[in-house]
Amino acid sequence: MSPPGRPKGESLSAQREGSPVSPPGRPKREGIPMNIWSWIKPSQRNLRFWQVGMLVAFFAFWHVMTVPGLVPHFLFAKENDAAFFLGEPLKIFSRVWDWLIVKRDIYPHLWITLVETVLAFAIGTVAGLLMGMWLALSPIAAAILDPYIKAFNSMPRIILAPIFAVWFGLGIASKVALGFTLVFFIVFFNVYQGVKEVSPTVLANARMLGAGQRQLLRHVYLPSATSWVFSSLHTAVGLAFVGAVVGEYLGSANGVGYLIHQAEGVFDINTVMAGILVLTAFALVLDWAVGAVEGRLMKWQPRSGETEKM
Amino acid sequence: MISALELADVTCTFVAREDRSQRYTAVADVNLAIAPGEFVSVVGPTGCGKSTLLNVGAGLLEPSRGSVRVFGEKLAGINRRAGYMFQSEALMPWRTTLENVTAGLEFRGVPIGQARTQADEWLRRVGLGGFGDRYPHQLSGGMRKRTSLAQTLVLDPDIILMDEPFSALDIQTRQLMENEVLDLWAARKKAVLFITHDLDEAIAMSDRVVVLSAGPASHPIGEFAIDLPRPRDVAEVRVTPRFIDLHKAIWDVLREEVLKGYAQQKLAA
Repeated sequence: MSPPGRPKGESLSAQREGSPVSPPGRPKREGIPMNIWSWIKPSQRNLRFWQVGMLVAFFAFWHVMTVPGLVPHFLFAKENDAAFFLGEPLKIFSRVWDWLIVKRDIYPHLWITLVETVLAFAIGTVAGLLMGMWLALSPIAAAILDPYIKAFNSMPRIILAPIFAVWFGLGIASKVALGFTLVFFIVFFNVYQGVKEVSPTVLANARMLGAGQRQLLRHVYLPSATSWVFSSLHTAVGLAFVGAVVGEYLGSANGVGYLIHQAEGVFDINTVMAGILVLTAFALVLDWAVGAVEGRLMKWQPRSGETEKM
Repeated sequence: MISALELADVTCTFVAREDRSQRYTAVADVNLAIAPGEFVSVVGPTGCGKSTLLNVGAGLLEPSRGSVRVFGEKLAGINRRAGYMFQSEALMPWRTTLENVTAGLEFRGVPIGQARTQADEWLRRVGLGGFGDRYPHQLSGGMRKRTSLAQTLVLDPDIILMDEPFSALDIQTRQLMENEVLDLWAARKKAVLFITHDLDEAIAMSDRVVVLSAGPASHPIGEFAIDLPRPRDVAEVRVTPRFIDLHKAIWDVLREEVLKGYAQQKLAA
């Protein structure tokens, strides 16, 4: 599931690096079948091949099962039903191709979705950071607000979407508001925890070195909290995206969520699937971008297995 | 003569936050004075409040009773004339070695260029010349301790407080660091308050060794002037007859307290 090129060693594949996996393609002399198996046997070397292979197999299976007349229908009452309910991969791909290359009419929608996501993410993160630091450093305020924060956090906040649509209209603002409510709490709780768990020794050391209250905030609490923000960044971006798309889906005139909603209204399952495909790819790109930023800013954090480079 | 650091009748009682009736008196009626340029070690059984005394001297902890004077002036808030080397990791992990050493200068408003020059010089002095751009997690334990040392000494404090700074190091690195600290101290003659549970270390390095009783309410029960000639090599001085005599004399006082402290901890567990 991890996007290629994420700098941190988080993906499942990277964790196995260094462990003595089967040695790569040792030539065997027991005949050709053995040789082929040693080539295609899943290992570190042909990982990409297997990953891509699974994707291809998935779409091939989908294709065979849904294109009318290709195999006898046994799950649905009519021959065209499978295509009607599940869509056909080739038509989905051609729809995506139309959007991206031929007609190029998806970019304004993608742009709107991107703007909503980024705004919700940025505003939610900054607000969560400020609120988290404030409450962590002011125990009385935290004690007073505690039940309200718990209540807002346990509330299923997606349900606010219609209210936001009424309050902020059908434009960008209502989606940003929805995304904000989702992002805020993730960041808030992480920052709160992060500030609470600043090492007392590091804190005392900074004070002995002459740091005043503002310098402690700037040079100790903030960097410490930031590392916790980054640990929640992938989740936060994902939730901002969810907020944007759900908001669009429930009421708007732009965005990929709106496209999906429109297509659903006329039972155009291929377009719905194409929209989902585009959203997924888009989310992967966002996740990768976050990973890249994270890698740059968090280079002070130890990574497992890193050795000293002389 | 005015003492660099003087604790007068210091008592520290801690109250449990949940239950106000539960109190623990860590140290009681401690009088301790360190002359400018003097190297004083405090030894005592574990949990006897050694670190509490140091925190009081640093101004990180306000005593329940008694007063602290720094060069004759009553201490309020952080002790600005003291540098503190902590027992556990105290470096800011998000700053490089160089940035960690410049931190104190930055906090005090020294221009960044000047701070870097000074920090560079101190890093070279503690043998970390080429390691300025490393992050703490990329350094070994001994290198991190040396960074801490540079971080503390770059501010040129008049009083240096050290809380078992080398207890986490292996014996070879430890002796190297001890000698380095002695050299640096001999060059500048700061007042040093050195906390340790290692009697050998205390005798090898100090002008004076103070023995604390077992807690609770621990207080000094013995004071020994260490008249070994300087400069000393901490490894070599350990085998001199005078060292062994001193060690025996101090251990006679300390042993009973160590056993007492141990018995109490067993009782509490």
